[in-house]
Amino acid sequence: MSATTAPGAGAAGEYGDVKTDPVSNWADERLGIYKGSKNLIRKVFPDHWSFLLGEIALFSFILILLSGVFLTLWFNPSMGEVEYHGSYLPLDGVSMSQAYASTLNISFDVRAGLLMRQVHHWAALIFLMAIMVHMLRIFFTGAFRKPREINWLIGFTLMVLGLLEGFAGYSLPDDLLSGTGLRIASGVILSIPIVGTYVSYFLFGGNFPGHDFIPRLFTIHVLLIPALIVGLVTAHLILVFVQKHTQWAGPGKTNDNVVGLPLLPVYTAKAGGFMFVIFGVVFLLAGLVQINPIWAYGPYTPDQISAGSQPDWYIGFLEGSLRMMPNWEWNIWGHTLSFNVLIPSLVVPGILFTALAVWPFLEQWITGDKREHHILDRPRNRPSRTAIGVGGITFYGVLWLAGGNDLIATHFHLSVEALTWTFRVLIFLGPALAYWCTKRIALGLQRRDKDKVLHGRETGIIKVSLEGEFTEVHEPLSAGERYRLTAHEVQKPLELGPATDENGVERPGNRALKLRAKASKAMFSDHVETTVEEYKEIEAGHGHH
Amino acid sequence: MTDRDMETDHLPENTGGAGHGAVTTVAEDPFQDPGLPAHRPRVTDLDPRAAKRAERQVALLFMIAVVGVIGSMVCYTFVPNTKVHRFTGLGTVNMNNLALGLCLGFAFLALGCGAIHWARTLMTDVDLVQERHPMKSDPESTAFAVSEFKQGVADSGFTKYPLIRRSLLTAMMVLPLPAVWLLRDLGPMPKDALRHTLWAPGMKLVNPNTGQPLRVSDVTVGTLALANPANLNDDPDERIDNLAKAAVLVVRLPQEALKGSEAQKKKQWDWSVDGVMAFSKICTHVGCPVALYEQQTHHMLCPCHQSTFDLSDDGKVIFGPAARSLPQLPITVDADGNLVAVSDFREPVGPSFWERG
Amino acid sequence: MNTLSARRRHPLAAFVVLFLALGVIGATYATLGSSSAKASASVAATPEQLVEGQKLFQSSCSSCHNMNGQGVQGSGPSLIGVGAAAVDFQVGTGRMPAMQIGPQVTSKPPIFTQDQIDAMAAYIGALGAGPDIPDPSLYNGDPNDAASVSNGGVLFRTNCSQCHNVAGAGGALTDGKFAPSLRETSTKHIYEAMLTGPQNMPIFNDNVMSPQDKKDIIAYLVQTRTGSNPGGLDLGSIGPVSEGLFVWTIVLGLLIVFACWIGAHTTKASRARVAHFEATTGKDASDND
Repeated sequence: MSATTAPGAGAAGEYGDVKTDPVSNWADERLGIYKGSKNLIRKVFPDHWSFLLGEIALFSFILILLSGVFLTLWFNPSMGEVEYHGSYLPLDGVSMSQAYASTLNISFDVRAGLLMRQVHHWAALIFLMAIMVHMLRIFFTGAFRKPREINWLIGFTLMVLGLLEGFAGYSLPDDLLSGTGLRIASGVILSIPIVGTYVSYFLFGGNFPGHDFIPRLFTIHVLLIPALIVGLVTAHLILVFVQKHTQWAGPGKTNDNVVGLPLLPVYTAKAGGFMFVIFGVVFLLAGLVQINPIWAYGPYTPDQISAGSQPDWYIGFLEGSLRMMPNWEWNIWGHTLSFNVLIPSLVVPGILFTALAVWPFLEQWITGDKREHHILDRPRNRPSRTAIGVGGITFYGVLWLAGGNDLIATHFHLSVEALTWTFRVLIFLGPALAYWCTKRIALGLQRRDKDKVLHGRETGIIKVSLEGEFTEVHEPLSAGERYRLTAHEVQKPLELGPATDENGVERPGNRALKLRAKASKAMFSDHVETTVEEYKEIEAGHGHH
Repeated sequence: MTDRDMETDHLPENTGGAGHGAVTTVAEDPFQDPGLPAHRPRVTDLDPRAAKRAERQVALLFMIAVVGVIGSMVCYTFVPNTKVHRFTGLGTVNMNNLALGLCLGFAFLALGCGAIHWARTLMTDVDLVQERHPMKSDPESTAFAVSEFKQGVADSGFTKYPLIRRSLLTAMMVLPLPAVWLLRDLGPMPKDALRHTLWAPGMKLVNPNTGQPLRVSDVTVGTLALANPANLNDDPDERIDNLAKAAVLVVRLPQEALKGSEAQKKKQWDWSVDGVMAFSKICTHVGCPVALYEQQTHHMLCPCHQSTFDLSDDGKVIFGPAARSLPQLPITVDADGNLVAVSDFREPVGPSFWERG
Repeated sequence: MNTLSARRRHPLAAFVVLFLALGVIGATYATLGSSSAKASASVAATPEQLVEGQKLFQSSCSSCHNMNGQGVQGSGPSLIGVGAAAVDFQVGTGRMPAMQIGPQVTSKPPIFTQDQIDAMAAYIGALGAGPDIPDPSLYNGDPNDAASVSNGGVLFRTNCSQCHNVAGAGGALTDGKFAPSLRETSTKHIYEAMLTGPQNMPIFNDNVMSPQDKKDIIAYLVQTRTGSNPGGLDLGSIGPVSEGLFVWTIVLGLLIVFACWIGAHTTKASRARVAHFEATTGKDASDND
């Protein structure tokens, strides 16, 4: 290339015949945007409502960030005491922390402040709900399978961070409800063996509640956790792009392709539109439905409490777990072990969350399936996984209900004690029952699918034969529908070979293998299979009529 | 037989695709994938008038968004933040909040619906198919990357100089320690702070409602009185921390209402003044204030987790997750007839902790 | 003496005797009974009221509280010394006469007129000294007086919200009992409840909580009734549980409806329309985009 080319003349030459605009060229020469985006612009996304649940979480998070920035402009995270003299009359002259006073100021004296507070809180509730619903969708459709296990873990971490972030936000205004939540948290920390007392004194800067905790929590709430969430969300989305979205089985949709509509223009418009729809719904909520009326709770004082003190819904399962627990406490060698606090607040969520995090790896170990999966499972076609999921939901649901036992009692005229005992039984019985029922229902639905494939769709038309026999006319399924209903694999239990090889030497890792076979048997013994042979036999039979 | 052999032999055929087709030839398989169906057009694809109508609808939605955004700024400016109005079914609401919420809510909603409507009616709905490729790298890339990495390691001498390797690993291991070490000044050592409250011999029980010392005659059977130590406000900085441990409830029980062993009844009565007795207000479970007093049953309930204490049975737990009785504060009367503490609580109040014993 | 014996048969004589007897009993109870309640015996009661009150009491209340109000073991407590305020509260809120046995007696529309209630209150008030029906000046606080309302708020959260909830929405107690909502309760009845401690509610006598404090609490409750939900629908003011329920039902439902709208294929043109298009334009409809 000649060094004497006139400025500007080179551009047209470098980009050949393609018409480009100078601004993009400028950017491309510095960032390589053309080659960077060539596979992104028309990237295909499959269409299904359930694929949009994660977007609800993403877009509500954007709204949380925006409204949160607004709130920080006025919020004063200090536990220093002031006497309130703002426009909320019933608290006039009351002594309170600056955190609470500034939250009152935002609610009553800053225009749009109440709106933004309500946007922030409603969006937070929606954010966590969307994360959980999205996670359930991933679980029940098997979208966590290879190659997406890492993204499952990232999503799981995001959920845990979301819970912490939500609880931190709930605690910041220093109203009676949030202070009560912190009081409970401090009690839980105190119960941790050996280090509990020290951890509590370090976190709170001394006795509870002290003067340090809210400023510390503020930094965690507006800086540390949001930064982690933003980073992990970015990684989560990059992986979705790189690994391409999963899709449902259907005509033309296989494990080796992705069928859908292009990012530009369709998904840009649809996802962008959905973002604004979510913004719209949250703003309407914030204008019409009150959330967390901190002025009604009053400032936090450790000797005050309100009946019906509850956390936000996503912490409700821990509250229920604490309420339900029998009062076991041990004193051993001069030390106190508070099982009544430790088990419900640390052990139960620990087990629940660990199970959730390792599920993809556990399932893969049981099935031994190391292939990539891009076609989603219909929940019915994986009866055991679905049943385990519903069992888990039931477990969580019972904890959740127990967290509101006092409100259930007053609204349905029941006794709190009887309700608590019911939940104590249900926490064991409920998941087992849910597992059994779900598995039966899933297998039943599979049989119905099988029936449809083999005998066709019921038309509702009744035919009378010459002999006077009534039969319903069945219409054969289309080839596409038949494919859709049979495209899944039928997982069968693992068959173990002989425990020893031909030389009588025990197989290495035999015990783990036996355990695996047992799990596999429990999960996959019941199955429904529709074979080509069965279909052909019936087709041949039809010919005789 | 290795574990690897076991892995796939119970699985259906490894076709990579739908898992069918290996048994019979493709042509005979009634379950085979018929392929993507032909595209069917929408009304807006065929009828220019329908397309024009959709265009106008989208534009209208976008214009609603403009009106909503402008409306929100007008409302911000002209609807006073202090104005409330009562609507049936909604209650007495702040008009500024309501107006802003409605304007911005409908603006965003219209913008979003417009974009979606545009995508659904006027943008392409012909399904595109893109190939997937396994995440796994191809052999050439793998070989290249591995050799590059090996070259890099070799160039560094990481394997060649074990002293450097080991000392570096040691350095990396100790590096994170200051991240914990430097946090030491977050708070003081707990020492025995959890074992003590402001209560001390002769400390007056002050009624927070009146600010006056409580007297025996103030507390009749059925009355619930609250009390704080008289020196609570002496140190304003520590006031709330002290209150979190020292708050007490004062009730009066007739002697015949007491339950339990004779020794317990005697202790409970001796620590009272004529049946006026003080109990810690801090739940022994996780520290919420317990104050839901049922004057007929003498039950004291905690609203956080429903621990129920029977004050007539020395504050014993009769329901719920709390393990320990509500501590009783021994009280007496001073020369002026005011209720005063005999001593501090005889045991730590509030939630359990490891060193409590 | 003569005059007295001559008037012995006067139609009202029996009532005068009864009145005096009740007065003596009342005075005895006042000196022997509870040391705190600085209550006065019914001052405004007229003899007619006492007669009427006794009649109503005996026909409607005596089956549980006995003919002379001294109570029946296991069914109704003694009413001697409970005071007129207790009667006015219990009957005025419809709790008495109790209709069925349950964990607690709940309020219902009162079955007596205020005059009848006053008569019964006067009769019971005369049985023994107890808190009298308060004068309206005691309980009608000013909901616009900032100092009074904010003091009432602090007192309410310290003494009352543990059972009745910060918004006065009520809450659960043990064994199916509950603290009722205070949203609809009249200011007089709130005052009387604090004074007399109905059922399991503790008593907040005037030494523990001064009459002015009670008045402030009522002012606070009245104030928050009219202006407590600036943010919109209050969802029952029972806190985060109803907010969570709202999100998981209505909001989730709404968002899924939108998601379905976005995710679903747009309705395709009918076959007739496609045929019409192909006939009129001569183009292949499926290629037309």
